[in-house]
Amino acid sequence: MTMRLSLAAALALIAASLAGCQASVATPEPAAGAVPRDPATIERGRALAIIGGCASCHTATGGKPYAGGVAISLPVGTLYSTNITPDKETGIGQWSEADFQRAMREGVARDGRRLYPAFPYDHFTHLQRDDVSALYAFLMSREPVHADSVAERLVFPFGIRPLLAAWDALYLHPAPWRSDPAQSAQWNRGAYLAEALAHCGACHTPRNLLLAEQSGRAYDGAESEGWDAPPLNGKASAPIPWSEEQLFNYLRRGTDDVHGSAAGPMADVVQELAQAPEDDVRAIAVYFASLMKNAGASAGAPSAANRLAGAKESSVGAAIFEGACAECHGTDSPRTLAGRPVLGLTTSVNARSPRNAIQVVLQGMQPAPGERGPYMPGYASILSDAQIAAVLAYVRERYTGRPAWSELADETGNIRRAQ
Amino acid sequence: MILLDVNGSQHQVDVPPATPLLYVLRGELALNGAKFGCGLGQCGACTVIVDGHAVFSCITPVGVLQGRKVRTIEGLGTPDNPGPVQRAFIAEQAAQCGYCIAGMVMRAQALLEAHPAPSDAEIRENMDPSLCRCGTHMRILRAVRRASGYLTGTAAPDAERASQ
Repeated sequence: MTMRLSLAAALALIAASLAGCQASVATPEPAAGAVPRDPATIERGRALAIIGGCASCHTATGGKPYAGGVAISLPVGTLYSTNITPDKETGIGQWSEADFQRAMREGVARDGRRLYPAFPYDHFTHLQRDDVSALYAFLMSREPVHADSVAERLVFPFGIRPLLAAWDALYLHPAPWRSDPAQSAQWNRGAYLAEALAHCGACHTPRNLLLAEQSGRAYDGAESEGWDAPPLNGKASAPIPWSEEQLFNYLRRGTDDVHGSAAGPMADVVQELAQAPEDDVRAIAVYFASLMKNAGASAGAPSAANRLAGAKESSVGAAIFEGACAECHGTDSPRTLAGRPVLGLTTSVNARSPRNAIQVVLQGMQPAPGERGPYMPGYASILSDAQIAAVLAYVRERYTGRPAWSELADETGNIRRAQ
Repeated sequence: MILLDVNGSQHQVDVPPATPLLYVLRGELALNGAKFGCGLGQCGACTVIVDGHAVFSCITPVGVLQGRKVRTIEGLGTPDNPGPVQRAFIAEQAAQCGYCIAGMVMRAQALLEAHPAPSDAEIRENMDPSLCRCGTHMRILRAVRRASGYLTGTAAPDAERASQ
């Protein structure tokens, strides 16, 4: 992706940045009694941190909790999550609650540096003060870890932090959370958690050239880490619209009998949500079920039939399906362990892009910790790009009435190489 | 007719292309090392090597194997002249009922060909897809480590019984 800034736009950005520059402030270390230490507040912060998914960015695989160092790939380069343990030199050990509130709401660190909105402060800015206070209490109660931050590597001019003042001026809309009086308390709780804390839109809303979520396109779906984060509004492609109960099953247990299982980045999300307060997960399910309630009315919604007329049973793809897939996914398969829906009901098979279907075929699926299933073997070593293309073309035709996917073999090769 | 390259030999088999490789190995070629455990790609008893990768032969239709090289446990050695991984498994007496072992050996072979000196954590992670119901896991892990020693020259290439 190339960025061409006209001279006028560049000057405007610089002017805005200079106006928005924060002087470096060395706030004093928090006084001994200023960090909340009561167990109830810390526990509340812990539950909020689970829903906010802090660990998914701030805890590296095999790393110490919240010590940062996770690489976040953007179209404009790579940046690394920070150490948010209460270590005094390399973490937030010297941060007062006011510093923490400012970081969460304004995207400004204790030393005045602007934070990149890969840290979704454009969502956290809507959190209630006492929720942020509880998160502060929780993080300050974690084990301090000495781990230096890793510097970002971003193409010009995205590496210039003061320019983020301009981004904030355009895209940061700090506002206290407002409930919708026409909706139930549960819906409002779900909306608050999704918008202010769980930041679902950060993956599920498409972004513009400046990597901000596009207003007016909330939950239209977007690409994230090589997978498609599908639409969560009227454009959702699941043939049977998600009910509250089905969404709750999916978010809480990682799988639903009618829609299938969480995979890719969503598998990490549902692993976290498995430990969140159940009422909060239900509330989120209620919220998104309402956003998606008009979906499925799109053209070509297929039936839940196990085989539509027209799929060429003699094709190469059909033979691969029969030998490689049908034991679990075929018509009379008794494999109902952990609930396996007919393929035609899953979002990935019905989606406009084959990306998620390709990813699942290549990588398979692992069960969430503590769950028996679902487990699906990966086919990266068994099937070539052309063979995956053939079997997915067959599945698309056999199970959906939707237009055929194009460029399947090329797409498979690209995805395989990116892994 | 499907042409298969198995353990370096060419075989013509007259089976539908959807037929799983496991059935062809056992039913047509009398290569009975690989076993049917689940037929779903979930237990690893059927594991063989295709182009250097350990794969579940029960979910590999023979029609996809054009131009690819299949290796089974029979290709690693003979009872009189076992290969290094087989010798390591014998030395550690890693089999109880033996049903999982051909798959375990092939999975270990694929790992060691790519990484002759894996760490213990890497061995565990790599062997994870192959299940053992009798519980000889610790012996199997020792066997893989021993085989790694044979291949890197850090263990004596003997077939004597090792620690109990």
